[in-house]
Amino acid sequence: MSATATPAAPPLRGLRRAQAARRRRFFALAGALLLAGVALTLMAGQSFTPPLTVLRVLAGADVPGAGFTVLELRLPRAVVSVLAGLCFGLGGAAFQLLLRNPLASPDIIGISAGASAAAVFSIVVLGLSGATVSGIAVLAALGIAVAIWGLSWRDGVTGARLILVGIGLAAMAQSFTAFTLSRAPSWSLQEAMRWMTGSVNGAQLDQALPLLAALLVFGSALLARSGDLEALRMGDDMAAGLGLRPGRARAGVVIAAVGLVAGATAMVGPVAFVAFLSGPIAARLTGRDGPLLVPAALIGACLMLFGDFAGQHLLPARYPVGIVTGVLGAPYLVWLIVRTNRAGGGL
Amino acid sequence: MRPSGSGARGRMLAAMLACVGLAAVLSVCLGARDVTLADISAALAGRVDTIAQAAVATRLPRTLLAGLAGAALGLAGAAMQGITRNPLADPGLLGVNAGAALAVVIGIAWAGIESPAAYLWVAVAGAGVTAVAVYAVASLGAGGATPLKLALAGAAVTATLASFTTAVILPRGDIGGLVQSWLLGGVGGATYAQILPVLPALGLGALVVLASGARLNLLAMGEDIAAGLGERVALARAVSAAGAILLCGAVTAVCGPIGFVGLVVPHACRGLLGTDYRWVLPGSALAGATLLMGADVLGRLLARPDELDVAVVTAFLGAPVFIWIVRRRRVAAL
Repeated sequence: MSATATPAAPPLRGLRRAQAARRRRFFALAGALLLAGVALTLMAGQSFTPPLTVLRVLAGADVPGAGFTVLELRLPRAVVSVLAGLCFGLGGAAFQLLLRNPLASPDIIGISAGASAAAVFSIVVLGLSGATVSGIAVLAALGIAVAIWGLSWRDGVTGARLILVGIGLAAMAQSFTAFTLSRAPSWSLQEAMRWMTGSVNGAQLDQALPLLAALLVFGSALLARSGDLEALRMGDDMAAGLGLRPGRARAGVVIAAVGLVAGATAMVGPVAFVAFLSGPIAARLTGRDGPLLVPAALIGACLMLFGDFAGQHLLPARYPVGIVTGVLGAPYLVWLIVRTNRAGGGL
Repeated sequence: MRPSGSGARGRMLAAMLACVGLAAVLSVCLGARDVTLADISAALAGRVDTIAQAAVATRLPRTLLAGLAGAALGLAGAAMQGITRNPLADPGLLGVNAGAALAVVIGIAWAGIESPAAYLWVAVAGAGVTAVAVYAVASLGAGGATPLKLALAGAAVTATLASFTTAVILPRGDIGGLVQSWLLGGVGGATYAQILPVLPALGLGALVVLASGARLNLLAMGEDIAAGLGERVALARAVSAAGAILLCGAVTAVCGPIGFVGLVVPHACRGLLGTDYRWVLPGSALAGATLLMGADVLGRLLARPDELDVAVVTAFLGAPVFIWIVRRRRVAAL
């Protein structure tokens, strides 16, 4: 990290320009995909609504037949998908960057599973709803994060131990969720699906409020710390040299990321692998260097939208989004296992 | 600390056998309903005149199933840890139980299979395919099947299989409830008619695994040494693995997926009996039976008058042990 005082040599400048162009292309592509996903979600359903009709409904016109479907059924679905996807993408990428390991994503190390277990417990046993559930889920997920950190601490935390400890805690949380659901008084497979695999079926606009709150509070806190995150990526010594207190900076990033993931999980359930996939896809598309959080958030939203669309319309039966992303994510996880070890990294 | 003489080990095995007996007695006596000694003896004699006697009568097959399933899972876990030379191997963690479960769910939903015997073979096939797939994924790349890679491959495969399982059940409201409760993994509501068809598979699997103790000892010295000593390594692994897969497939067919028994038990047995697989294997069978019967009793007592499914109890008992094993080993060993 020597301050490159030399006037940027032409090749370096060329590289930078190429990198910037690549990022611009990425944002254009991701933005277009996001819009396309929202448009698809608003247009497609039991019956197809033409784009112009959708626009008229959104503009406030009273269109018989289409008004209810678009405003009450499809719009909430699109909004909740986008917000949850942004939260998952941001939180997942923050974890992966902080721990410098793509496998250390909240849905693998048990953060999402813990949030889901807490949400199920507060809904089924405590009879709560709405923002209270989100609050409890966030607190429980923070507790799980602290537990993972503490349990994998032994003269420092290593990636392998942290991931394995997380897998153990995730198994406990999932087993608790499955059990609590099976004893719920009004047990329905659809509800169970949401809490085991994640789903935006039956999304309501009032679910968007806690999601938006989580995104604004924790998302802005995380983005404000993206400089800290970059410094931490270079190692604790380097971060300290830059005038940062590594422990505090790390805690800030973890709290924000956990808040994002848990807030989204409390509304749509632990949608499998969205947090895990967003960061690596964004890194691949934008190039390794440069801030990754916002690109990852956009990819997360696209994954939610298209996963849900595929589950609803492209498969023989209607499946919740978590099933689709679960099936998509596993091959990538397998590839990652194979590749990481070929690179010789002890992981 | 570890006993070396076979006399001491024999006494330890006898003590473990006594524990199995004790757990079985507790499993018959304790439950949601308090019963008297008279009720128990009447029920053992085959009378079901009162509710208490009927309660005891339903506990008998349940106890038998918990004991058999626990012994099978303990044996399978010990064999898997020996075959993969991996302290974190477990039929649940490696996704083998999830594979068996998916196969059974597909069989029920698409092929309309109904008999326990059919469940059995479908489950064994699913377990076998999954075990081979997980091991293949984990062995790819440099370094071979390290514990971390195996655990991650198991988690990845489990997640995928769970997604597929849900995808199969979801459009089928008619079988959803039945399958969903079976997927929790439990021994409640067991009947002799369920247990009988899987007995041959359990017996065969147990024989194969128990007979492979000496081979696993050789494998534990490392592949090169085992090969140098004239052992056909691949064959030895394949035979023991087939036995272990038969065991977990059969258990999953009756009880649903139950995790962590196969992880915890062999570790405890190595502590008590040393590292010789000829002793660890029978010890794991006895300790597995004790653990699963104990977990079942615990599940009945903790949630009275309701009960916890035994897989929930084993997850809560086993996951901390898993974490403890992860913490205890140096990262280099992982």
